[in-house]
Amino acid sequence: MIPKGFLKYMIRRSLSLFVSLVVAIYISIVLANLGGLVDEIIKADLLMSITMQVRDNPAYKYLSASEKQEIINKLYQSALEAKGLNTPFPIRSLYYLRDALLFDFGRALYLTSDTGSKQVKLIILERLPQTVMLFTTATLINFFLHLFGGLILARHYGSKIDKVIATLAPTSVIPGWVYGIFLILIFYSWLYLLPAGGMVDYPPPLDPISYSLSVLKHMILPLLSWILSGLFLGLYSSRTFFLIFSTEDYVEAAKAKGLPPRLVDRRYVLRPLLPSTITNLSFALIGSWGGAIITETVFDWPGLGRLMSVALSYPDPPVIIGEVIIYAWLLMLTVLTLDVLYALLDPRIKIWGE
Amino acid sequence: MAVKKQASRLMSILSELLHYKYATLGLTILIFLVILSIYAIVTIPVTEAIKLWRSADIWSRNPRNAQPEFVEIFYQKKLPRTIIISIMDANLSKVKLENNKIKATGILSFYYNYDDFPSEIIIFFNVNYSESPVVNIYWIRPDNEEIYLKSLKLRRQDDRYYLSNDFNLENNLNELFMNKLGQRPSYVVTVEKGLFASFSSNLQVLKGKYNIRFEIIMNEGDYFNAEMVIYGKVYGIAGTDHLRRPLTIALLWGAPIAISFGLVASSLITLVNLIIGTISGWYKGTIDAVIQRIVEINTILPFLPTLILLSTIYKIDIFVILACVIALSIFSIGTKNTRVLVMQIATYPYIEAAKAYGASNWRIIFFYIIPKILPSLIPGMISAVPGFVFLEAGLSYLGLGDPFLPTWGKVINDAFSNGALYKGYYYWVILPTFMLVLTAISFSLIGMALEKIVNPRLKEL
Repeated sequence: MIPKGFLKYMIRRSLSLFVSLVVAIYISIVLANLGGLVDEIIKADLLMSITMQVRDNPAYKYLSASEKQEIINKLYQSALEAKGLNTPFPIRSLYYLRDALLFDFGRALYLTSDTGSKQVKLIILERLPQTVMLFTTATLINFFLHLFGGLILARHYGSKIDKVIATLAPTSVIPGWVYGIFLILIFYSWLYLLPAGGMVDYPPPLDPISYSLSVLKHMILPLLSWILSGLFLGLYSSRTFFLIFSTEDYVEAAKAKGLPPRLVDRRYVLRPLLPSTITNLSFALIGSWGGAIITETVFDWPGLGRLMSVALSYPDPPVIIGEVIIYAWLLMLTVLTLDVLYALLDPRIKIWGE
Repeated sequence: MAVKKQASRLMSILSELLHYKYATLGLTILIFLVILSIYAIVTIPVTEAIKLWRSADIWSRNPRNAQPEFVEIFYQKKLPRTIIISIMDANLSKVKLENNKIKATGILSFYYNYDDFPSEIIIFFNVNYSESPVVNIYWIRPDNEEIYLKSLKLRRQDDRYYLSNDFNLENNLNELFMNKLGQRPSYVVTVEKGLFASFSSNLQVLKGKYNIRFEIIMNEGDYFNAEMVIYGKVYGIAGTDHLRRPLTIALLWGAPIAISFGLVASSLITLVNLIIGTISGWYKGTIDAVIQRIVEINTILPFLPTLILLSTIYKIDIFVILACVIALSIFSIGTKNTRVLVMQIATYPYIEAAKAYGASNWRIIFFYIIPKILPSLIPGMISAVPGFVFLEAGLSYLGLGDPFLPTWGKVINDAFSNGALYKGYYYWVILPTFMLVLTAISFSLIGMALEKIVNPRLKEL
């Protein structure tokens, strides 16, 4: 049974986050349109579809070119009016906002989806699962590695391995993509062990088992680069965190009672710290969406980030704007999910709601 | 008085910093990088650096994609440097022919003592003529084998002869090797190998003195200069890229750019976040709610994608990038820590006292609260520098960096887009990446030590 207070809190929180999302998307639309970019894209898109309609319409088949052009112009003008594109920007921008919230990002200028569509929505949706698969896996592996590794280190405080990890902690300022470059050098250029990039072998294997094995093989290096990048600082800070909190009186009391160390860790150290570890996880996840762009480019991983850098090289503004909005959605959903977790774990929030 | 006190405090922090071995290491690296930056700025002024980095002609005498000279340690052999030799008109021996014609002969010679073949050979002519001169070129090897290279009719004042692309020559050399060896050699005879290899069944460089004889038929009064470039496989400290540019320029100039970008971004953002966080924590109520709402919106507005969006719409240089980075971070999540801290400090007696004697809100914020929090933020500020250094590099890697300045990220971008990792030009990727890592580690080490000095509770752990 879900407590009523919790439900209330969640509804309030989702509403508030949604409002923030709308504002964030609106800001990005305004930013994008400072030079009239969005207007141009949408008008070109409209003109294009009307031209196609007129050209393909059998009723207009025997008209001369200039007559067709006139029809096109007329239809275009009325469509502009119908879509509210003749209104001043403050009003027009609200139409854009509506389209953005409905995932209607228009058509790409150059890029196409694998199915051949020019719809930005389809192009982006096609890439979304790959990014989520890679970076959620990486973040979760990191999270649990740091949590339990930190616990073990805290227990072996002062040991040789503890010192080694403390010494290596500064290496974590190097982002995953730089580790990625070194990993490609070692495992691809030097040892010929693993592929340098991509998601599956070419040609892709037909049966699902060898297909997924091939994907796994391509995932090793990107995953490893993110794990290595976060490892030492993550272990070091969670270990320091645990050490600070294991000197609290209630932990000392539990130890004095003679409880086994594992139980003390679980019940008296981990549990009260859970909310703040969740906060760390949320930071990591939020950071991962941005960092994914460069890492995916280094590893040629066909996700949102790689799409972004491809769109950038053309450049293909509708895709870029669409991606900004999708990333905003992703961030919003991440924050919301973590709020839910937070609320479930932190008893104080349940009480507030009531 | 106050300045003196501040200075002595700074000195004491510095001396405490040196107690940490890793901080000393970090400082040493940083000082090295700063010296490098100063050297770069002094020896190659910024306009000069941009000009050098963006012009193709200057580097025509440099080898393409040459490795740095130090790689010889790994190969255990002497790799070829670039040899440039020229022949001047005055040194030609001229014989008069009929019809105002002259037959000029000149010999270029050089010693070749390297263990590997050159990467490319080009002859650059510099002639002045009333009628196109004809040049016959002969290649005389240390084993006295004379190879006829080509008969050229020069059609431009600055005509060039690319030996490496001469298919006729390559065919002739192949035939020559077949005749000498009595069979097809086990190796591929390219122009460079054909000219520099000894006639043996296994590939070997023929060391010794090489002569190139030019025989020119030209009109009286014309002049003929030629320069022969035998491109090596190694170049300088850092090698060259696909456009023959020495990477040293970019590696040197990358340092001041990276360090100043990182420091400016980090310190300004820390300061702005501090002010916003303090205002939010001090005023509470509506102002706090509004600021927290903006922070939430800022969290949802994706940082890097928005930066990319902005840089595709507007042609931007490094200062605009910096401004955008700072603008997008004004209301970052970092303000939340300060806010919580300020809420605690607001209950301290000295703040109560300030309120009691009627200090204004601004006075309390800027004179009593911010100076108290600022020192505790310095370590974080230093530790945040690498993040911005890598951000700049990452943007350059994506092709969004400053369009003119040579930066480390740009070199990595060039290397990747020219397939350095597939073609084996590892130095091209490793050197700029190494510089980035060096910079990042130095700030990170110093930041970590400062953290322990400012936050003594960590010292025991």
